[in-house]
This record gives sequence, structure tokens and C-alpha cells, in this order.
Amino acid sequence: MFNMIDKVWIIPALMASSFLVILFFGKRWGTRATAGIGIAAVSICLMLSVIVAGNWISRVNHPPAGAALAAEVLQANGLTPQTGENIAGEVNAETHDSGETVAAGSHSSTSEATTEASASEHGGEHESVPPVVRTVTWFQIGGMEFEMGTLVDGLAAMMLITVCIISLLVHIYSTEYLHGDVRFTHYYAFLSLFTASMLFYVLSSNTLQMLVGWELVGVCSFGLIGHWWEEKKNTDAALKAFLTNRVGDIGLILGVIITFFAAGGTSFNVLHINEYALSQGANTTLLLLGALCLFGGVTSKSGQFPLHTWLPDAMAGPTPVSALIHAATMVVAGVYLIARLYAVFFSGLAIGSSTFHYVAFIGGFTTIIGGLLAFVQTDLKKVLAYSTISQLGYMVMALGVGAWTAGVFHLFTHAFFKACLFLGAGSVSHACHHTFDMREMGGLRKKMPVTHATFLIATLALAGIFPLAGFWSKDEILAGSASGQDNAYTIMLIFGLITAFLTAAYMGRAYWMTFWGDYRGHAKPHESPKVITVPLMILAGCAVVLGFTNFPKSFFGFKLPGSFTTRFEHFVEPTFAFPPIQHAPFTPWLAIASTILAAGGLFVAYQYFEKNRGPHGLTSRNKVAMAGYTFLENKYYLDELYTGVIAGSTKGPLARAANWFNQNILDGIINGIGLGARKIAAVVYVVADQLIIDGAVNGSGQGSEGAGQLLRKIQTGKVQQYASILFAGAVVLAGVLVFVV
Amino acid sequence: MYLNQFLLLAAILFCIGVYGVLARKNGVLVLMSIELILNAVNINLVAFGAYWNANDNTNVSGQVFALFVIAVAAAEVGVGLALVLLIYRNRQSIDIDDVDMLKG
Repeated sequence: MFNMIDKVWIIPALMASSFLVILFFGKRWGTRATAGIGIAAVSICLMLSVIVAGNWISRVNHPPAGAALAAEVLQANGLTPQTGENIAGEVNAETHDSGETVAAGSHSSTSEATTEASASEHGGEHESVPPVVRTVTWFQIGGMEFEMGTLVDGLAAMMLITVCIISLLVHIYSTEYLHGDVRFTHYYAFLSLFTASMLFYVLSSNTLQMLVGWELVGVCSFGLIGHWWEEKKNTDAALKAFLTNRVGDIGLILGVIITFFAAGGTSFNVLHINEYALSQGANTTLLLLGALCLFGGVTSKSGQFPLHTWLPDAMAGPTPVSALIHAATMVVAGVYLIARLYAVFFSGLAIGSSTFHYVAFIGGFTTIIGGLLAFVQTDLKKVLAYSTISQLGYMVMALGVGAWTAGVFHLFTHAFFKACLFLGAGSVSHACHHTFDMREMGGLRKKMPVTHATFLIATLALAGIFPLAGFWSKDEILAGSASGQDNAYTIMLIFGLITAFLTAAYMGRAYWMTFWGDYRGHAKPHESPKVITVPLMILAGCAVVLGFTNFPKSFFGFKLPGSFTTRFEHFVEPTFAFPPIQHAPFTPWLAIASTILAAGGLFVAYQYFEKNRGPHGLTSRNKVAMAGYTFLENKYYLDELYTGVIAGSTKGPLARAANWFNQNILDGIINGIGLGARKIAAVVYVVADQLIIDGAVNGSGQGSEGAGQLLRKIQTGKVQQYASILFAGAVVLAGVLVFVV
Repeated sequence: MYLNQFLLLAAILFCIGVYGVLARKNGVLVLMSIELILNAVNINLVAFGAYWNANDNTNVSGQVFALFVIAVAAAEVGVGLALVLLIYRNRQSIDIDDVDMLKG
């Protein structure tokens, strides 16, 4: 297997060229060719990504040692030699910690073997494997060199594969879903660009480059949400997504700047910043500020409270786009940011030693509010959108409580089953006259068996039912919150458990409303074609098996061999420039509790929405319930807060102030300038124009006329007269030459 | 060798030429007078050439210049006579006093 890890830049470049080809030739070559180009490009990217992942796995299994490692670290970090030696020293020190006695600095082949043996023995505790960083100079300014390049580690490789798989399935799915669309090529061009941007983002080696990828992703989401821009509601949604993201992006930019200067103001390199954040003398106040600013970006991009409002509206885009952007890849950009710059968050927020801090709280809070909002939605896609918000909150919460692997693992599993749910919703809508209103569905289980089966699997996975993917990742998060690092994050644990119940309940509601009971719509639903169902089946398959990639070391006392447990943690979790986090072991009581809660949620939903038991009509009888319902239905009045209160209150005075400024100051300046100019012009007209310029022009004319009148007298036409003048002149000249000179 | 005789001869020829150019009414005679002026110049060229290079028989630059002048003069006379001929055809006269259409 050749070493793709050095040339990983090819992957985003390939997608970008696919974008350009589709943009320039798509219309001419037709829809089949367009889709073909996109699908081919993503397929190649997926293959390359798998190779990259393979390279990475072999790198983790056979880590570079000793001098080679130190040299590589130097090269990777692009730091000064002194710093490099320090890092190499740290690496050696960490190797010490990993258990066996290894002679410092002399990694012979035997000692390597011992370390490896100990690594497999200890499971997750393995050697420090630095990421592969390849950079080139981007630009130089003011004596500083800015680099751009690729950083590959387990996290990046995992993201590469996730993005490529989901993008590939979405590409295939869209050939049918957008069949005959007006802007088919436009759509595919944006899909390619989006995939390219996301791949660029996850491979970035420095924060500046991440910022570029981040913004590119934002632009693509704007274009794709507003794909059907003929309807005002869609363009509004696109604008809302874009503008809300801008609010957070300011935080991100500030965060990038702060971390840059905090880390010495010499390099934007991610590893450099993480190294700094973990070093002894790091300025934690500055890091806290940087982390909070960065978290502003995360808040908007990953739909955290209170900037989550754009995400449900973004469902205005085509459903495959929702699956790609708003479930699986783009919104996790924020989560990825935290995971990538984890040392900054870890040190800044004191994740290891606190019981409560902003990031974890917002994550936990978002899971609950997202989950509650999902109950009052009648639009299937919006239920999924709020569910996404809720699950993103879960991931952020996991990262916040120090359960890095759990958060990233949940990102990984969630991508697949959420994409499956979105694509399933698309399939349902495809069958039901393009409606997403669950009140016009029902009973689709018999008519669309494949969609139903895949949707059911994904629903159970999301609800966290054993043994589907969601169970494992959710459970790790809960275990992480329960044990935390030095202190447990009890509030987050409670949030997580409540959400486990809520998730199951609202997903049950959506499932029963859509697939059970009698059909309430007016269309004739039918199973979707294979182009749609095959991606669904693949994703459902992923939702079943992917949970086992991080099988716990001890599952109710059941122990698999070490090479089968916690593989995800082993390969994905960084071991270089990464805070020393503890991994919560599998906690049986939590697993049972969360499963009971999930099953309870499903049961309640079944009783209430399918069997029609329980307090129906409570909202019309009870004022408190009614108020709660209205509160939820209006999405906590956040939209009103933003558009009405914040925008409204600033709009009126601002407009008046602008008007006053316009009338008095700007107009004054402009009128003054105008008047002054007129006065000056009058003077200029009389003096300069009339007197000087006209005088000069007329004078020169008169002068030349006079001269002409004089000279015409000599012009007799007689050749001999001319000749005599000539000779006379010659004589005079001769006289001058002879007698004077 | 004395230069004076040649220069004197050339001066006399030049003066006759100038007189002819200025005084004659006949166009052909004016042209002939111009030839006299040119030949006066030729004599000067050859005389000075022979004088300054008396010891060097291979240097004939004065004579060569004279030959150039003769060649150019031939061309000039050709053009001049053609003009005179055409003027005569149009006006039945070669009196150059009549040809003053460029009077300002």
C-alpha cells in the first residue's frame, strides 16, 4: 500500500477540480455526466481516504521511534530546534509513562517491541504518535512565514472517511431525488465544492487555514439551503443560516487571533498552539478567552444554544443536502474544532479539574432544549433538525466533560444514523408528494418496507438501543460525565439522561406518526427506487455495526481480546500534544439506566401517539401545559428575541440616527462641497478661463496671423527671387564665417 | 602644385552660374547655369582632393565625390528638363517669371 498520507492534499484538490469541471462543462455535458463526474470524484476520494486511514493505522501500530521520530516532529512542527528537542524529550517522557522501562533516547528494535506489547496489553495506553504534517509556505508578510498544509492523524482520517462515505451516498441519492431539477448542475457543483471545503477543513494544519475551510463550508451551505430560491422562505432560510453563522464567525476569528498571540505569535500551527496550551507556563486566562471566542464559532456552526435557530430553518434546502450538511458533516465542523484544538479548551476551561464550565453546560443545555423542541414539530425534517441540535449538544457536552473519545465517537456514529434518517425522510417525502408534514403521513410501513426498516434501525440507533451504534457512543458520553476527570460532571449527567429519554420519545413520535396508523395524505405512496433505498440500506448497516468499533474493554464482565476493544479510541484519539485525559470505563448501571430511559421513551411515545392513551388534550385544558406548549412552539421566543427585540430595537433608533446623520452631516458635507465648488468654479471661469486661457489662445492666433501677413509679402512665387534671397543669405553667412568667426 | 588657379577658375565658374540662375528668363538656361555651379564645386573637390593627397596616389576621395555629384546632377537635369518640357506644353512658354502660381 503506497503512502497516501504525504499526498493527502490530493483529496480536497480532486473534489475542487470536480467542482470546476461541473461548473464549466456541466450544462453542456448534461445531467448524467454531471452526476457521473461528482460520483466518480467522491468515490476516488473515498478510496484514497481509506488508504490514508490504512496508512495511519499502520503508523499507530508501528510508530516511528527515536531519532526518526524527533526529526519528524521537528519537520512536522516547523519549530525552532530548541522547542523541537523539548518536544522530543516530552515524547520520550510519555513513552516512559506507557508502562515498560525503555532506555531514554535509545529506542532499539527490542525496546520498541516491548512498548508495543505493553501497548496492546494496556489497550488505549499506547505510544505517542505524532500526526503527519506536510506544509508549504503560503505567504510571507512582515518577516513572518505563513504556512498551509495538511495534518493527518486518526481524527482527520476518521473525518475523511465519514465525509466521503456520506457525500458519496448523497451524490448517488440525489441523482433520483433531484431528477429533472432546474439547477441540477448547480446543485452538483455545490455538492462537490462543499465536500472539497469540508475535506480541506478537516485536513488543515493551522487555524488560519481552518478558518478558510470553515467559511467555505458556510458559503456552500448558503448556496445549497437556498437551492430553490424562487420561494422567499428558502432564501430567507439561507440568509438566516449565513448571517447567524457570521455572528459566530466573529468569535472564531477572535479566537484564532487570541490563540495565535497566546502561543507566542509565531505560528498558527495547530500542534504548536496545542503544545503551548499544555506547556507549564501557559497563560490560562488568555486561553480561557481564546477558548470562549472559539466556542462562539462552535455555537453558531454546530447549532448550540442560543445560536441554533438557523439549523431548523436550513431544512428548506433539498433533503440530501440536509443529510450531508445539517446532520453529518458541516455542523460537526464546530465539534471538530473543539476536538482539534482540545488542549486550548482543556487548559482554558480547566476541564480536568472543574465540575462545571461554560462549554459543558451549553452542550448539556442544548441537548435538552433541542430535544424538547422536537416534540412540537409536525414537519418530519424539523424533528430531525432539532434532534441534530440535541445530539450536537451531546457531543459538545462530551468534549466539555473531558470525554474526548466519547464525543468524537458520537460524532462518528451519529453521522451515519442521522444521514440515514434524513435520507429516509427524503424517501418518504419523495413518495408523498414532497410533503414533510407528518400529519399527512401514516401507515407507510406497508407501502415502503425498505424505507421503513432502515428508518426504524436508524431511529433505534439514535434512541440508543442496544446493540446499535448510538447505544455505545451515548453510553460513553454518559459514563464520561459520570466519572469526569478529577470531578464528576453531575449536572451534565442529568442533562444527558433526560435527553436519552427525550430522544427516544420524540423519535418514537416521529416514527409512529409516519409509519403506523392509517395513511392521512392524498398521494399514492410507493417504495422509492433502488438509487434511494440502497444508500439507506448502507447507512442502516453502518448504524448497526459501527458501534462495535469502540467496544468497551469490559462489557458486563464480558471481555474480548485487547485487539478488538476500544479500537476507535486506540486509533483516533491523538497521543501527541493532547491533554492527559482519563477514560471512563464501561459503567453497567448507567448503561442499564439509559437503556431503560430510552425504552421508556419509546414506550411512552407508542402509548401516546399510537394507542392514543395518556393525557391527550391536556394543552387545551391546563393553562400551565398550554403555556409550555406555546413556549415550545415559538421556539423559546428566540427568533422573536433576535428579529423583534434585538434587530427591532436597534433598527428603529438606528434608522433614525442614520437618517439624522444623513440629513444633517452627510448632506451638509455634500451640499457644502457643492456650493464651494460652484463658487470656486465662478472665479475660475472669469480669471483662469476667460482671462488667461482664452487670452493665450486668442493672442497666439492673432500673433500667427500677423506674422503670416508679414511673411506673405516675401512669398512672390518667383523662383529667381527666392534664389537671390538664398544666395544673399549664403553671402551673409560666408561673411560671418570669414570675418567674424 | 598651386591650388589658387583651380580655386580661381571654380570661383569664376560659380559666379557665372549664379548670374545665370538669377538673371536668365529661360528655364533651360537656368538649369544649365546650375550645372555650372555644380561643376565649379566639382573642380574644387578634385583640386582639394589632389592637393591634400599629393603623396598618396591611391586616395581618390575628391574625384569620387566629383563623380557622385555628376551622377546626381545628371538625374537632377533629367527631372528639371522634364519639368521645363511640361511647363512648355501647358503654357507654350519657358519663361520662369510666368511660373508664379505659388505667390502668397
